[in-house]
Amino acid sequence: MRKITVLAATAAIGLGAAAQAATLEEVKARGQLNCGVATGVPGFAFTDASGEWDGFDVAVCRAVAAAVLGDPKAVKFVPTTGKTRFTALASGEVDMLSRNTTWTFSRDVDLKFDFVGINYYDGQGFMVRKDLGVTSAKELDGATVCIQTGTTTELNLADFFRINNMSYEPVPIETNAEAQQKYLANACDVYTTDASGLAATRATFEDAANHIILPEIISKEPLGPLVRHGDNEWGDIVRWTLNALIAAEELGITSANVMEMAKAPTSNPEINRMLGTEGNLGAMMGLDKDWAARAIAAVGNYGEIFERYIGEKTPIGLPRGLNAQWTQGGLMYSPPFR
Amino acid sequence: MTATADPPREAFRLGMLLSDTRYRSITIQIIVLALVVLGFAWLVDNTIRNLEQLGKGFSFAFLWAQSNYDINQKLIAYDSTSTHARAAAVGILNTLLLAVLGCATATIIGILAGVLRLSRNWLVGRLMTVYVEGFRNVPLLLWILLIAAAVNETLPPPSAFRGENATAQMLWGSVALTNRGFYIPEPMFSRSLGDLSVFGLFNISLDFMAILGALIAGIWASARVGDWATRRQFETGVRPAVFWPRLGLVVLPPLAVLVALGFHLVPPELRGFNFRGGIHMRDSLIAMWVALSLYTGAFIAEIVRGGILAVPHGQTEAAYSLGLGPTLTMRLVILPQALRVIIPPLISQYLNLTKNSSLAIAVGYMDVTGTLGGITLNQTGREMECLLLLMAFYLIVSLTISAVMNAYNQRVKLKER
Repeated sequence: MRKITVLAATAAIGLGAAAQAATLEEVKARGQLNCGVATGVPGFAFTDASGEWDGFDVAVCRAVAAAVLGDPKAVKFVPTTGKTRFTALASGEVDMLSRNTTWTFSRDVDLKFDFVGINYYDGQGFMVRKDLGVTSAKELDGATVCIQTGTTTELNLADFFRINNMSYEPVPIETNAEAQQKYLANACDVYTTDASGLAATRATFEDAANHIILPEIISKEPLGPLVRHGDNEWGDIVRWTLNALIAAEELGITSANVMEMAKAPTSNPEINRMLGTEGNLGAMMGLDKDWAARAIAAVGNYGEIFERYIGEKTPIGLPRGLNAQWTQGGLMYSPPFR
Repeated sequence: MTATADPPREAFRLGMLLSDTRYRSITIQIIVLALVVLGFAWLVDNTIRNLEQLGKGFSFAFLWAQSNYDINQKLIAYDSTSTHARAAAVGILNTLLLAVLGCATATIIGILAGVLRLSRNWLVGRLMTVYVEGFRNVPLLLWILLIAAAVNETLPPPSAFRGENATAQMLWGSVALTNRGFYIPEPMFSRSLGDLSVFGLFNISLDFMAILGALIAGIWASARVGDWATRRQFETGVRPAVFWPRLGLVVLPPLAVLVALGFHLVPPELRGFNFRGGIHMRDSLIAMWVALSLYTGAFIAEIVRGGILAVPHGQTEAAYSLGLGPTLTMRLVILPQALRVIIPPLISQYLNLTKNSSLAIAVGYMDVTGTLGGITLNQTGREMECLLLLMAFYLIVSLTISAVMNAYNQRVKLKER
């Protein structure tokens, strides 16, 4: 079972040499990026009809693979649960995690990971059946709550009910799919996870209109990709690949026009530096000068990715909200390419 | 005063370590031992180095940090402000509860099925064959998931019990079978003795201890009466009728204590989202219990059948010719001999059941693998420490079960004088 992943990874800590430093060389030598993703969250990480991984979080893996290896398909996706993800990363089974993981102090400091940025600003919400007549999370005293185990949401939930002096019955679940099955069977009254995950899950229900997401958002859940602590060069590559996707939207670079723009210098020096027509930022981190152009060409800019997988035109229908560019009143803000 | 002199002792040469059969086996053993020790040392050293490289020290200090998560089924007081160590203790108790319940029902099911499979009734025998083969030959995890799904999908949710035109009814007005588990009446005492706090760590119900004490005293007294009856039988040749007095001695003291404590049952009632009050047997517990009992029961059935068949038929015939009836033959002749064959493999089935209970996470039953080896491991990132503790726990439990069962085996096995 999944336990085996933890055991195997722990055994790997004992048996193998821990993968440290030089992740870039390793990935290049392997010709493939090992990327940890979720086991399946509609819109964020899923396999399409032909069995290819796709989604909002998956796009980050593909962008990194395009930047480093020149091929967005050179990725081995490793599905991880909330429980197995950190062991998989720490043991070197994957080079990076891109799977709705919340950036917290203890994960960054104590678990020895480096969060390289945030690709989705989220918060924990509650979904209930409409016919329960509940309109606020404060009315959930005594409810049975389905919760993905090994997540920050588990801890927020305990805090929320304790602070509000309410009792609840937690039903620990391993994956989103199991939670959905339990919730639909009415084995729990409430399903709680990140609001984006709730919207994504609800979108797959046959009777989506009969379920509501309660207004309370009880936590901050900044979700982003992460790497092992200690290999700063590799961390830089993932960080700036993500930043390139975000900056590309701000600068008006899209998957359609990026190759055109990368051919010759444009009038905007920042675009030129990013796409390698001016200076050589890529070489500073051990890549060639077209790295960003390749990443953007492969998956599109941040806005394109958002609209393609989880935006308002998709069944998931999430508004940009906090995840709009800073120029549009959101929090998406890339440091300058200079 | 030996007539032949010892052959002259050959001086020891280094080469004899390999060439001389007297030394060769010792040499090989020492080399293998050295290799094993070296291998272990390399593993430990490598682990410590790798953990260091990952920047993780080896420490159990995390056990005393606040756990911050809730557990649904807890036999001792626990909330999200308790420590990880206490969460582990809650998990350990849940594992032990499941193991005890499972071993008890698996034994009953196993003995019944094993005996019935030998039945001359064609239908009964075949039915038991189907049961045994069906459960033995399908992975346990599938049975667990199947039973959990059956409970979740087929039973009504608590909301179905509500309102004027409720679609579901409680059995006897006091038992509710829902897809979140079974709610049964809870025993309460109107003149309770209260709880005894043990080192402030957990509470023991004094009511329960009183009932247990009365029961043990009753059984002891009953055994004394039995001894007396046996002595009389030896002296006079007539066994006094002591069945009813003995039964009374076992049953009456606990009953008296129950009445004195004001025993009554409080049924669960529907309030808010769920039933409150009563004892909640969660769907996860039911799925684990039923699956483990039926699965292990199938193995035990085969062991029991094998044990009975291992007693030669001549034993039965001899007993009959001495004038013993079928029941007495079974009790006094067949079973004691069959037990000798049954006990050793039964031990390993109990061990299997206990270890298999770690599959509980598949249905969200919070056993020790779910708390210490699941949420605690994940929230603290202490894989090595958590897994070592888990392995130590299962090892200790398994060795304890072995020790107890081996002691029992010593009692029933063939006495060699």
